[in-house]
Parts: sequence; C-alpha cells; structure tokens
Amino acid sequence: MDIVSLSRLQFGLTAMYHFLFIPLTLGLAVLLVIMEVVYVTTNRPIWKDMVKFWGLLFGINFVMGVATGITMEFQFGTNWAYYSHFVGDVFGAPLAIEGLMAFFLEATFVGMFFFGWERLSKVQHLTVTVMVALGTNLSALWILIANGWMQHPVGAHFDLATMSMQVSDFSAVLMNPNAQDKFVHTVAAGYCVGSMFMLSISAIFLLQGKHRAIALRSMTVAASFGLASSLAVVTLGDASGVTVAQNQPMKMAAIEGMWSTEPAPAAFTIIGFPDQTHFITRHVLQFPWALGLIATHSVDQPVPGILPLVEQNEQRVKSGAQAYTAMEILRSHPRDAPALATFTAHEDDLGYGFLLKTVTPDVAHATPAQISQAAWATVPPVATLFWSFRFMVALGIYFIALFGALFYLACTRRLERYRWLLWVTAFSLPLPWIAAELGWTVAEVGRQPWTVNGILPTALSVSSIPAVNVAISIAGFVLAYSALFVVEMYLMVRTIRQGPGGVYAGDRAKTSRGTVLQPAE
Amino acid sequence: MNEYEIFRVIWWALLGVLLIGLAVMDGFDLGAAMLAPVIGKTDSERRVVLNTVGPVWEGNQVWLIVGGGVMFAAWPMLYAVAFSGFYFAILLLLLALILRPVGFKYRSKISDPVWRHFWDGALFVGGLVPALVYGVAFGNVLQGVPFTFDELLRMTYTGTLWGLFNPFALLCGLVSVAMLLMHGAAYVACKTEGVIRARAQTAGFWSGVVTIMLFALGGVWASHLDGYVVQNFAGTGAPSDMMAKLVTRVPGALMANYATAPWIAVVPAVAFLDAVATILLLRDTKRPGVTFITSGLTVAGIIGTAGVSLFPFLLPSSLNPSASLLVWDSSSGLLTLQIMLVATVIFLPIIIAYTSWVYWVLRGPVTVAGIERDNHTAY
Repeated sequence: MDIVSLSRLQFGLTAMYHFLFIPLTLGLAVLLVIMEVVYVTTNRPIWKDMVKFWGLLFGINFVMGVATGITMEFQFGTNWAYYSHFVGDVFGAPLAIEGLMAFFLEATFVGMFFFGWERLSKVQHLTVTVMVALGTNLSALWILIANGWMQHPVGAHFDLATMSMQVSDFSAVLMNPNAQDKFVHTVAAGYCVGSMFMLSISAIFLLQGKHRAIALRSMTVAASFGLASSLAVVTLGDASGVTVAQNQPMKMAAIEGMWSTEPAPAAFTIIGFPDQTHFITRHVLQFPWALGLIATHSVDQPVPGILPLVEQNEQRVKSGAQAYTAMEILRSHPRDAPALATFTAHEDDLGYGFLLKTVTPDVAHATPAQISQAAWATVPPVATLFWSFRFMVALGIYFIALFGALFYLACTRRLERYRWLLWVTAFSLPLPWIAAELGWTVAEVGRQPWTVNGILPTALSVSSIPAVNVAISIAGFVLAYSALFVVEMYLMVRTIRQGPGGVYAGDRAKTSRGTVLQPAE
Repeated sequence: MNEYEIFRVIWWALLGVLLIGLAVMDGFDLGAAMLAPVIGKTDSERRVVLNTVGPVWEGNQVWLIVGGGVMFAAWPMLYAVAFSGFYFAILLLLLALILRPVGFKYRSKISDPVWRHFWDGALFVGGLVPALVYGVAFGNVLQGVPFTFDELLRMTYTGTLWGLFNPFALLCGLVSVAMLLMHGAAYVACKTEGVIRARAQTAGFWSGVVTIMLFALGGVWASHLDGYVVQNFAGTGAPSDMMAKLVTRVPGALMANYATAPWIAVVPAVAFLDAVATILLLRDTKRPGVTFITSGLTVAGIIGTAGVSLFPFLLPSSLNPSASLLVWDSSSGLLTLQIMLVATVIFLPIIIAYTSWVYWVLRGPVTVAGIERDNHTAY
C-alpha cells in the first residue's frame, strides 16, 4: 500500500479505537453528575454507592480515552505533516484551546473524583464531578470545532506568501454551523452510549437477581436520560442533515445514492443498492417528498444529484488548474502581474487545482481525461455512505423505542416484569457504539477526497516519509491497542462481576470511624 | 520592533514556558515512576511512591497535550517537521506513554504479585522512555536535523532512527533522565516520611550530582559542535516563508549568543546553582518544599539554556541550513498568535488556580498506614 492509504488506515483505526472510549466518557460523566446531585440533595447513601460503582467503570474507560487521545493529537504531525503546515494556523488553534480550556479541567479534576471522597465535603466533591463532566463536554466542543472546519472551512483564506491557510475571521470558525450541529449531535450520541451502558449492565444484574436496589435506580436514571438523548440525537442529526445539504452537497447526494437531481421535493430512498461503476442505485424503495423535506426543510428547493455535481466540479478543476499554474509562477516571480490577475480570479478553486495535482504532476498541461478523472475523484464511496447512514438512523430509531419502553416501565415500576425486555436491553449493549462508529464513517468518509473540504486533498496532506514507517507504526499501535483492549475488558468484566457490593464492603468498614451509613439493601 | 515581531518573541517564550511546565510538572511523576522500584522495597512502599503522584499525574500530562496543541497552532512548521522527522522517536514516546494511564489505574486493581510486578516494570519504562526521548530530541535540535523544503514548502527529511540516537543526543537524553530523577526524588521526599523519604533523598542526591556533571560535559561538547548563523533574512515581521533566507554552518556558533548578550549566561548559571542547592538542601528535612523549588529551577534552567543558545533558531537544518526554522519565519499568522495569546492569558491563571487547589487539598505526606487504610480508592 502507498503512504496515503497507510496514513488513512492508521488514522481511521486509531480514531475509531479512540472513539470507543470517548462517547462512554461523555455519557457517564453526565450520568455521574445526575446521580451525585441526587445523593447530595437526598443524602441517601445508596446514591453515593451508585456514583462510586459507575465511577469505577468510568475510570477504567477514562484512562483508555486519555491513552489513545495523545496518539490522535501527535498523529497530525507525524503522518500528516503537509496538512499540519497548510492549516495549522486555523486547525491548531481549537486543538490548543481544547487543551487549555477543557482537557486540563477534566484531567486535573478526575484525580480528585477518585481521591477526594475522604478529603472533600459533599458539595465540593459534586463540584469536582461537575468539572469533569464540563471538561469532557467542552473538550468535545473544541475538537468538533476543529473537525467542523475540515468539513466546512469558513473564516480563513489561502496565503500565497506562506503557502498556508490563515485565519481571517476566528468567530466564523467558532460559530461554524457545521461545528455547532456536529457538537450537539455527537455529545447526544455519547449520552446514548452512557445510558445504554448503565441500562445493559443493570439489566444483567436484575436478570441475575443481584444488586436490585442499585440496578433499578440506575435503570430509571439511564432510561430517562437515554430517552431525552436519543430524541435529541435524531432531531439534531436532522439539523445536521440540512447543514450538510447546504455545505457538502456531494456528501448528501452520496448518502442518498442519488445520481441525478430530482424535481423538488425529492423522495427519500429507504433501501437501494448504489452501483458506483454504472452511476445508478438499483432496487430502490422510496418514500416520496421525504428527502426534500429533510435536506432543505422546504418543498420547492431541489437536492442536487451526483452527476450534475461532478459536471460542476469539472469546471472547478479547470479553473483550479489555472490558479495552480499561476501560483507556481508567483512562487518564483512574486511580482508577475498577469499571473497575479489569473490567481486572484481563480483563487477559490485552488483546492481543485491541488486535486488535479494528485492525478498528474504537470497541472498546467493536464489532458481532458485527467481533468475528468479529478472531477470524478470528488465522489466519495457511495455505497459505504449509503449503508452506514441507514444503519445509523435505524439504530437511532431503535434506541428511542427501547429507551422509551424502559422509561415507561420505570415510571410505572414494572421494570422487572418483562424478563425478555431485560435480555433485549442486555444484548443491545454494543449497538450505540456501532451507531457512533457509523456516524463517524458517514462524516469522515463522506469528506473524501478532501482533508479540508474543497481546499486540500487527502492525497497531498501526508508527510513525505517512507511508507514502511507508517506500516511499522500501524503494527505497533495494533499490538499495543489489542493488548490494552484485552486488559481493559478483563478489568471491566471483573469490576462488574464484583458489583457494587465491593463498594458497600468498603463503606461498612468506615462506619467504625464515624461515617453515617445505612445498609442499602 | 513591529507587532508581529513582538508576538513571535512572546510565543517563543511561551513555547519555552510550556516545555518547562511539562518538564517541571510531568517530569516529577516520570521521575517518581522510575524511582518507585528503587525507593519502594515492598509493595506497600511502592504504592506509597506511586500514590504521591497518583491523583495529579493525569493533570500533569496535559502539559504535553497542550504543548503539542500550542506548537501546532503557533509554530505549525515546527510541529510538522519535528513530529514527522522524529517519527520513530515519537512512536516510542507514544507507546511508552500509553503504559502510564493503564499502569497507574490498573496496577492496584488486582493484588497478585506477578500482575503488580508487570505494571511496576511498565511504569518504569513509561517514565524512562519519555524522559530519554525528550532529551534526545533536544540533542538533535541543538545539532540540526536533516530536512529541506520543495517549492510548495513540502518537507523532505533524510534522517534515520539511528541517526537520532547519536552520541551527543544520547548525552542530552541522559541529562534529561538524571534531572527528572532528581526532580522526582525531590517531590517524593516532600510527600513521604521515614525510610521512604530517606531513600528518596539519597536517590535525589546522586542523580543531582550526575545531572551537574553531565550538563557540564554537554556544555563543553556543545561549544565544539557546528552551529548555525543567519546571514540574511526577510525580516522579523515578514510572512513565514522558511526558504527566504541564507544560513551557514559555523563551528562553535552555539556559543555565539553568549558573546553578543553575556547576560543570558544567567540561564545556565541558574541551572548549576540550583542543582548544587538541591543536593545540599536534600538533607534538610525541615523544609522539603524548598528542594522541590530548586530542582524545578534546575529543570527550567537546563531547558532554557537550550532555548537561549539556539535563538533565533527553533530547529536548524543540517541538510540545507537555509531551510532552518527561525522564530522569524515559521510562526502562524499574527491573528492566530493574538487569538492564542488571549486564550492563554485567560486560561493559564485559571489552570494554575485549580491545580493549586488540588495540591492544597492533597497536602500532607502519603504514608504506608494511609495507603493500607484506603485500599480500594488508592492506587
């Protein structure tokens, strides 16, 4: 494999692995706050035991998120050096602010969460937990501002003198609609993961007839929080759809497997089989009007298809080739007036010139076939997006149904009546992770062939290093991550098996030193 | 002085502050993790050492993440060249760092001695390798690294992994390991009592002596190395184009800054004097906090020495000296530097405030009795 595929493989593997831990951290942190608020306001020790038990699992998961997160930040420099130089001015800032504002907060206070029980008052400890949850959520905000900029690069311009993107309006980068939608959608997805985690483990406890008091209370909290989050994740995902349709029409068309523009309002394809070689989606089952409503929130605006978008992009590649050629002249002769005029006229399409550069080294004399090849390269893998999106949405609807049912049963105190539903809940444990990874796939595979949409192609973003370096580092990470995964799962399962009982035992011992405690069960 | 020049100098200094912050804050927990098997003869004693840093090391490691993020934002070219150039060194660093969170967190979960010995070893490696790699990286930066740029400012790097571990760089790596051992020992001595404190003081004394000798040797060696001199460049406020200047290699030029501005010799002097103070004060059990401050100043002085010796270079190129990264030609744009400064001025004091609160809450020594009492919360 070449350096580009290997670098993408490494980024994909490490990012998806990192994202196994992050959503659970996001969700559990908020759930811990909710449980601890109940403890502080009601003063019932069982709620403290719940915070401690779920906190143990939170801690095991948290360290994996931290360990894999450093890899992500450093990987931009190691494997994507040209990207780092080209967009560091814009993209680096949110990452740095994430560290200063959010990660310091969560990492400093997470130690106090575990070590502070004896040293802090109740309210102080609750404040610590709130700070951890605030830190994790702010962290997600800044990371998604950075990612949102890759999807929809606003507030920045290309600078010829430094050959890089420069910030022109930082508030536009912060207020990027793409980033805002992504943030709420991703965070809500994390809350669903946390809720399902608590629900599934509690369901297992109930099926085993263990830790009933804690399991029932945990299920009640998680079902209500999960229902709200799953409703949010679907409606906010819908808002995200409108933004994508506006800013990344090619991604939208690929998600829909929609090759030509349909008269408004377009139908939503429920099932179909996209065929990227014949430009057709076969065996379609459609729902009239729905796509037009989802993508444009109107009945009269058309949603453009893939083929017309490729035609548009072909024009942009031609224009980009002129910008690129002028840029090469200007690099050696900065005062060349005709080149400057050409560059200014075609500057907005420079990214498409870079894309042509990935097809042919001689951009100035590109053949029509090469230009067409570059235009077709703007189509992401249609079937991957089509299916990832549909499975994600189906799972989202399933979560609403399951959390809704559990919420109803929790309200009417009948959670234990339907054992089959407890089994369903237990076996649903991996599903929100699958949905989250599918969502990541839709967002990031859908961005291809760009690292920064319309600005910098993925193929140009890599470091100029031997491909074998990347292959070796992939091997290193796969080995280390697999070993850690085994250890992590072992400790998770062991802690769950020991159950909250272990925590009770510790607390009972403390009663001799004066801590007021009632037996919880 | 124009505005861009001022901001570049501020960000050069802030990069130093963050690197020193990393070495002072995360350095003592790297040192403590390396010392745990030496100072702790029994499992409980090792747990005492690990628990002196247990609640705080995670926050400390954020200095590395923030350092990386700030380098990315303020010095994107330095970030791109250093990280992709030092590829396998970074890989080694990352794999070693991965051992730390899991080592601290998972070690205490199971009391089987085999399990605990395994994680003791993992934490030792997780302390030693980063300390060594940080030093080796500085050793390479001081000598220059083989890279250049093409017309699109795309970097090519011709060095190898073995080239990174050259004799001078290894010496710098050993300086880094010795100074962080000293610093870790000073911290452990502050936070423990009795026999553990006595062993930490002994370890700190000897690593302090080694630090002084190796740092002096490094200085003598560095004065004989080839340095780099800027012959002409586009200006301190010009756009960041790394290929718009002329740089030559000159033997001994790493000492040139001390000739033009003799007052900067105060930086290595701080390192030496504080290292001497540290080894003398380590025996004084009345004021353990002072030793931690002097060892921290030693760390700051040693890193600062590398910074002021190189200025205005951030990363010289040995392959094509004119492609070297200067403070004047590899920063972000002025607007990014301004935004980042605002963020830093707001958040750094807040970070210092809540970090101080955490240390205040955790004040007092960690003892064997205390560790055995809190069996299920402590590491």
